Amino acid sequence: MSVDSMFVHKMWVDKELSKMVTAKTVPFPMLSDGGGNIGKIYGVYDEDDGVDIRGRFLIDPDGVVQAYEMVAPPVGRNIPETLRQIQAFQLVREGKGTKATPSGWKPGKTVLEPGPDLVGNVWKVWTVDKAFD
Amino acid sequence: MAEKPAVGCKRPSAKVQKPPEETTQPETVTEKKEHAMIQIGQKAPDFTAPAYFNNDFVSIKLSDYLGKWVVLCFYPGDFTFV
Repeated sequence: MSVDSMFVHKMWVDKELSKMVTAKTVPFPMLSDGGGNIGKIYGVYDEDDGVDIRGRFLIDPDGVVQAYEMVAPPVGRNIPETLRQIQAFQLVREGKGTKATPSGWKPGKTVLEPGPDLVGNVWKVWTVDKAFD
Repeated sequence: MAEKPAVGCKRPSAKVQKPPEETTQPETVTEKKEHAMIQIGQKAPDFTAPAYFNNDFVSIKLSDYLGKWVVLCFYPGDFTFV
């Protein structure tokens, strides 16, 4: 979503994005936020420049915000991190409060089960090296 | 000679040039509105927005996506690197 019109979105797809993605078109809706009205209620609208800055929100199936990230314009985002967070949130949601993913968790890695036994013992199941590969 | 706007990582925008005497009158200084940040665990504010999708122009409503995970992604302008 940006403050550009949906017509400019189409031009961007036709002129550039279609050459970058294998699907030849963008596989999700590109929304137009003229005037930054939606950016304002999400707290990402820059009044001085009249644009929505790089804000990213993860919204769960109940419509609840579970995560957000804000980045200043010159630095692009890391898409794999967004996907990793969605995978982690899906796992946690399925666990209905019985599971948690430690820092550096990726799909396939050890999942924590918070409880009295885990307090003070995380180091035994989640060693530092696991957070950095 | 006209100055060229910077072609960078956000959409270039117009700026109103304030007359110099305005700066000496504090009552005319525009107040910058603070926008409250979204809270984790709070319902995402619902909206409808025009969109380009599947070679078509459509209207998208956030609440139509209840039951699915949604990534809502803002960026400062088309033809930037998102």
